[in-house]
Amino acid sequence: MIYLDNSATTHPHPEVLNSFQKVADQYYANPSSVHSFGSEAERLLDRSRKQAAQILNVAPQEVIFTSGGTEGNNMAVKGIALQHQSRGKHLITTQIEHPSVMEAFRALETLGFDVTYINVDRNGKVNPDDIKNAIRPDTILVSVMSVNNEVGTIQPVRQIGQFLRSYPKVFFHVDHVQGLGKVDLSIKEWGIDLCTLSGHKIHGLKGTGALIKQPHVTLFPLLHGGSQESEVRAGTENLPGTVAFVKALRLLNENLEQKVAHLAEMRQVLWKGLEERASYMINSPEDGAPHILNFSIPKYKPEVVIHALGEEGIFISTKSACSSKQPDVSAVLKACHLDYERTTSALRVSLSTLNEMDEIHTFLRKLDQTVENLKATMG
Amino acid sequence: MKFDRIMIRYGEMALKGKNRRAFEQKLQSNIAIKLKKYSNTTIQKTQGRMYVLLNGEDPHQVMKECQEIFGIHSLSFAVKIEKDEEEMKGAALLAFQDAKGARTFKISSKRTDKTFPIPSQEMNPLLGGHILRHTEGVTVDVHNPDVEIKVEVRHEGCYVTAQDYPGAGGLPVGTTGKSLLMLSGGIDSPVAGYLTMKRGVEIEAIHFHSPPYTSERAKQKVIDLAQELSKFGSKVKIHVIPFTGVQQTIHREMPEGYSMTIMRRMMMRISERIAERNGLLSITTGESLGQVASQTMESMNTINEVTNYPIIRPLVSMDKIEIIDISRTIGTYDISIRPFEDCCTVFVPKSPKTKPTREKANYYESNVDFNGDIEKALQESYIIEVSPDEHTGQEEDDFDDLL
Repeated sequence: MIYLDNSATTHPHPEVLNSFQKVADQYYANPSSVHSFGSEAERLLDRSRKQAAQILNVAPQEVIFTSGGTEGNNMAVKGIALQHQSRGKHLITTQIEHPSVMEAFRALETLGFDVTYINVDRNGKVNPDDIKNAIRPDTILVSVMSVNNEVGTIQPVRQIGQFLRSYPKVFFHVDHVQGLGKVDLSIKEWGIDLCTLSGHKIHGLKGTGALIKQPHVTLFPLLHGGSQESEVRAGTENLPGTVAFVKALRLLNENLEQKVAHLAEMRQVLWKGLEERASYMINSPEDGAPHILNFSIPKYKPEVVIHALGEEGIFISTKSACSSKQPDVSAVLKACHLDYERTTSALRVSLSTLNEMDEIHTFLRKLDQTVENLKATMG
Repeated sequence: MKFDRIMIRYGEMALKGKNRRAFEQKLQSNIAIKLKKYSNTTIQKTQGRMYVLLNGEDPHQVMKECQEIFGIHSLSFAVKIEKDEEEMKGAALLAFQDAKGARTFKISSKRTDKTFPIPSQEMNPLLGGHILRHTEGVTVDVHNPDVEIKVEVRHEGCYVTAQDYPGAGGLPVGTTGKSLLMLSGGIDSPVAGYLTMKRGVEIEAIHFHSPPYTSERAKQKVIDLAQELSKFGSKVKIHVIPFTGVQQTIHREMPEGYSMTIMRRMMMRISERIAERNGLLSITTGESLGQVASQTMESMNTINEVTNYPIIRPLVSMDKIEIIDISRTIGTYDISIRPFEDCCTVFVPKSPKTKPTREKANYYESNVDFNGDIEKALQESYIIEVSPDEHTGQEEDDFDDLL
């Protein structure tokens, strides 16, 4: 099997699974329980939080463990909007956000919030000046992803954070789910108030992740109940999942530079291979994230190509998995001003460090064959 | 270009005449201990100043660590460069950009090396012009600048320093003796410890543990608090005193209204013994005046009777809000508010006497022999040592393979 759908999810690291299993088995007490078994679990939770904080270069109390990217994004976007609406009801985001951000904003519109969706250029990149110009006295939130999940565009998060320092009343949220371990990001130095992370995109497990929240930020909680996670997220802590997430974070950070270089090298080969063939059109920007390459084969229905490749044991995707079930046009590619033919025929290859260069060559070969085979019906 | 060093200025310390050498040495060794995990850093001492040479370590992280060290008045990022116009321009720009959000600046040049061809009067507009060309909406303000960039041309090279960061102030820990801090799990006592350390005092802690009336978590809380405090010094020893026996006897034998006062007198007696045994010349407490029933002048007078050791009460002049502010800044607040009973809250009488007297306390105590309980507590006491980077829970190592 050649798995090239790592932006959808990744293969859990065996050590991560091992930790999960051990914690689920040996530390199943509720960390809030008074007895010593509970306090043991609590200490493990504290320790996990400290380790996560250390890796991410933030303070332990700034780490809120969540069930993943969708929750983190909702918690940040709705949490800010509801908590600070008395100060203003204007929110800013971009046209190429993940559905968990986009739909949260759409939902807020139905509650009377005013949302500006900033345009992107052909490469899917947002211009910081456009955000600056959109800011109004009643703006309370800017939300921009660090890396786009469909095409891999790296957004100018640093610049945006920098000028937002002059707007102390505007909170800055970054959806870093696709960027974690792939591109640079410094929460403190870049002035990021809220940052969403997910475990299963970094060889951790589904249902795990974190929202990093700076101490001056207050949120309206999505989940009310017990006082877990500094009262921002009630519910018995998912200790095995949390430990697994933090372990995945640590493993991710080992030899990170080499890993990124390995990804970039594979992407480069893939890029060259696709570029050489006239029938493929690359949609990703050349300076995009090292693990995502989006391209179109005009006139070829992407689902058919994916199924055909699947029969060969090769797994890639079309659009993002979260929106794949809706038909046809990719909203992200459309926002990038690509024509109809390209937006309806896009395929995404997303790499992980577990992939090998051989697999890239094999993929290219099999893709050619597949297209050749389908030529009669679609070409 | 990157900052390659942090310049350290010491305030009050520089005034200390003859002791100065000893103070400087202590400060240097405290910095070295604090920066142990940044193994590439080295410390350079020059006339009245110290430099931490980064040798590739992250400037901002090292800065953060240094800001927690007592005895430092202020710090600046600095870079040593060749005496070359282009390099100096680059460094000046770097220094300006480090001051995030600054809109105005001023350049102060000094030329000790007169062989350098550009006089300092010409240097200011030269470097300032470079900054203006590479920024937007920035202006020069020589009277009240957001950031002052200092450029010093010396024989060995040129130093450019950026804005000042405040240091923790005070005196280097370990230069003014040792004290025994009575550390409960509350908000006050860690702050008292911190303020005492700020005056250069090395702290050991004493904690009264009364299982099963207090849980392991209450003890863990104290360990965690001590660990936070250790960040401002190096190590903190915690003397853990099993106190259940003493407390049960008090509860059984003493009138309820006096049980709190007498419990504190017992703690004070035991603390004095521990201090004496360990060569600590004073006792530090988080007591304040008029906060709760037990912290009255009468209460203080009655409790203080049992020891003639100096008792340091740094919080006596502070409001609760000021205390809470400090505890948030030093990172102990979140630990202190964890909801576990400490020994002061379980045995709380319904209505403690707010105006106890020495006479009555002595009278009640004379009816019972506490010596056995006290000796037993001292005998069974044990020490836990914490330092900033070590984990202190009993089985934290078990977690290593999980994480």
